[in-house]
Amino acid sequence: MTEPQPGPHPAAGRQDHPVPAPLAVPAPLAVPALSIRGLAKRFGGKIAVDGISLDVPAGSFYGIVGPNGAGKTTTLSMATGLLRPDFGTALVHGTDVWTRPLEAKKLMGILTDGVRLFDRLTGEQLVSYAGLLRGMDKDVVSARVAELLAAFDLSADAGTLVVDYSAGMTKKIALASALIHAPRLLVLDEPFESVDPVSAANIRDILDRYVASGGTVIVSSHVMDLVQRMCDHVAVVAAGRLLAAGTVEEVRAGASLEDRFVQLVGGRSQTEGLEWLRTF
Amino acid sequence: MVAHLLRLKLTLLRNSLRRSPWQLLGLIIGGLYAVGIAGFLGVALVLLRTADLELAQTVVVLGGSAAVLGWGVVPVIASSADMTLDPARFTTAAVPMPQLLTGLALGGLIGIPGIATALVALATVGTWSRGAPAVAAAVAGAVLGVLTCIVLSKVVTTATAGLASSRRFKDVSALAFMVPLMLMGPIVAFVAQGAAGSAGFLADLARIVAWTPAGAAWSLGGDAAAARYAPAGLKFLIAVATLAGLAWCWKVLLQRALVTPPFAAGGRKRGGRMGLFGVLPATPVGAITARALTYWIRDPRYSGSLVVIPLLPVLMFFQAGQTGDYGVLAIIGPLAAFLLAWSISADVSYDNTAFALHLSSGVRGVHDRLGRALACLAFALPIVLVFSVGPFFFTGNWDWLPALLGLSLGILFTGLGLASVVSARYTVAVPLPGDSPFKKPPGNVAQTMAVQFGGMGVLLVLVLPEAALVIAQSVTGSTAPGWINLALGPVLGLVLFTAGVRLGGKWLDARGPELLAQLSVNR
Repeated sequence: MTEPQPGPHPAAGRQDHPVPAPLAVPAPLAVPALSIRGLAKRFGGKIAVDGISLDVPAGSFYGIVGPNGAGKTTTLSMATGLLRPDFGTALVHGTDVWTRPLEAKKLMGILTDGVRLFDRLTGEQLVSYAGLLRGMDKDVVSARVAELLAAFDLSADAGTLVVDYSAGMTKKIALASALIHAPRLLVLDEPFESVDPVSAANIRDILDRYVASGGTVIVSSHVMDLVQRMCDHVAVVAAGRLLAAGTVEEVRAGASLEDRFVQLVGGRSQTEGLEWLRTF
Repeated sequence: MVAHLLRLKLTLLRNSLRRSPWQLLGLIIGGLYAVGIAGFLGVALVLLRTADLELAQTVVVLGGSAAVLGWGVVPVIASSADMTLDPARFTTAAVPMPQLLTGLALGGLIGIPGIATALVALATVGTWSRGAPAVAAAVAGAVLGVLTCIVLSKVVTTATAGLASSRRFKDVSALAFMVPLMLMGPIVAFVAQGAAGSAGFLADLARIVAWTPAGAAWSLGGDAAAARYAPAGLKFLIAVATLAGLAWCWKVLLQRALVTPPFAAGGRKRGGRMGLFGVLPATPVGAITARALTYWIRDPRYSGSLVVIPLLPVLMFFQAGQTGDYGVLAIIGPLAAFLLAWSISADVSYDNTAFALHLSSGVRGVHDRLGRALACLAFALPIVLVFSVGPFFFTGNWDWLPALLGLSLGILFTGLGLASVVSARYTVAVPLPGDSPFKKPPGNVAQTMAVQFGGMGVLLVLVLPEAALVIAQSVTGSTAPGWINLALGPVLGLVLFTAGVRLGGKWLDARGPELLAQLSVNR
């Protein structure tokens, strides 16, 4: 693995928010980066999220894991102001997402899973658009766009329409759009899906440096190994409920995160049966 | 296996209806429409039973050939082929080829166009119920004809699948299709004139077409009724050979397509060209305007409506030329104003879930509304001005210019304001991003109609003052109301525009998440 190329420093644009000197493990600050209380959502007859409360300490790298359909995306959508909860509140650095949405959204960078992009723009135009929508200065935007594209290895495709991008490139350009305004909290839903290993490593480096300088990252994933290696905190969600939350060490309690996860979530079917599969 | 495929198709159809009662209502409306047309054609064909044999033969052969051509051409150009039974999805299921072909072909019959074609084709049996041989020949002809239609459409869609999956082809073909569609009226009138000019022309044409693969099957009944058995036998062979040849082509193409999925190689382009983003102000409103204008150029769903605009005067000119009354040209200004203003009434629906970027960026509703409206205004205003003033060079009746200019501007500004409110509150069924503008959009057709017609009704009420002044001028004959309209139209229009953008912005701020949830239903 070569040295990571000098990428953008997402914290560089906010010298006016002094952050504590980077520590190996940033101490949790008094106000959590994200604090959700009793979030619940029902779609028709199905309860998607059933009262989840969670504190994400500032400066943490927080993983949310859960099986398919556990309510991860729904929870994150409600916490970021994209889906109105039936019950509960969400505070980002003390700002209520649902009563002061414009202020709260300034603090957040959001990568949503399963939504389209304005894909008839070129990659470069799309990231710039995200910056300009946030009311950023033109020169700052163009400088950051160039750096972000280089960091995500997309410079050679900057002028290609996003609709012609591969799945992994689309994910990367969406991530770049979420970073452009140097948010204090990054909420990334499935950021590594269909991203190639080299790009994934580059993204991890970028996120590690971002956390080291005081930013907070929340990622959802089903890849337990990744979460165990990358995150310092983890929450396990299944069937719309929070099963466990804390530092990765606390949650996995000596076992590997994957084993602990399967133990918590259950639903592991007995490996008996399917004998015919061995009869060919 | 064939029965399995047919059952799958039916299940897919039923499940798509189960998603919402609106969907069912939409299918019923579409079905009634098709039943109406098919019923009309069917009754007409049965009534032809008593008509002159030559005439009936001409109608059936030309109509049948047109149906074959339609099945061959429409799916490609409109790239709206029914892909619920996309052969690519059966690649791993190892279905034997003959059964897959039979199943897919019969599956193609299930659906409104297939059933309608089959019913109309069967009605030709009624036309030829003039004796046992004629009936037998007509039944054979109808079956062969309908199967030819279906298999031809499959051959064409399979052959162009590689081409059609290239985005550029899709974009261009969708736009190219607009032009003949718009000019349909003049073209039909032209053909009708030609036909009236030489009465024997169509009969001669039918006689020739009957010997081609497109018309052979449809001529069987007529030839048998006229007791021309030798030509009928030959044409039967032509029809069977056509169907067999098409089926063979389809099989070969499908075999190749199943192992070589379409691959679209795109060139990589380095950045540095920001397009409109570099020109317009670097503010949220400027960026939204630049984005919307870029879409007006690059997205065929938008640019399709722009292609229509220059054809509008052509159409009206043709109409005027037929009646010799060029006064009717004056309405193209107000008409263009309405079409352009109303074109952004589904703007957020066109975004689909990409709208999430606006929501997560915390864009203020007013900025969102204003940016989109300004983008439309940027080209709509010059077009409306040209279209409003232009006709008077032909009519020379300049007295009417102020009144109509006021009306056009009033409609344009009022319409943009109203569209800003409507698209902030209601989603309608539109083709998905990347789809052809002609593709049947997912989602409830009934709500779309309610929103569209309701909105247009409100617009009509809002522009009543301007319309009243135009009427006043025509009643009194004085130009004073016209001059008042020239002032009133833009002023009242701008007031309503501002109000619409503000109200739409307020609703967007309040209901952004709900709007995104509605958009996520159809994606």
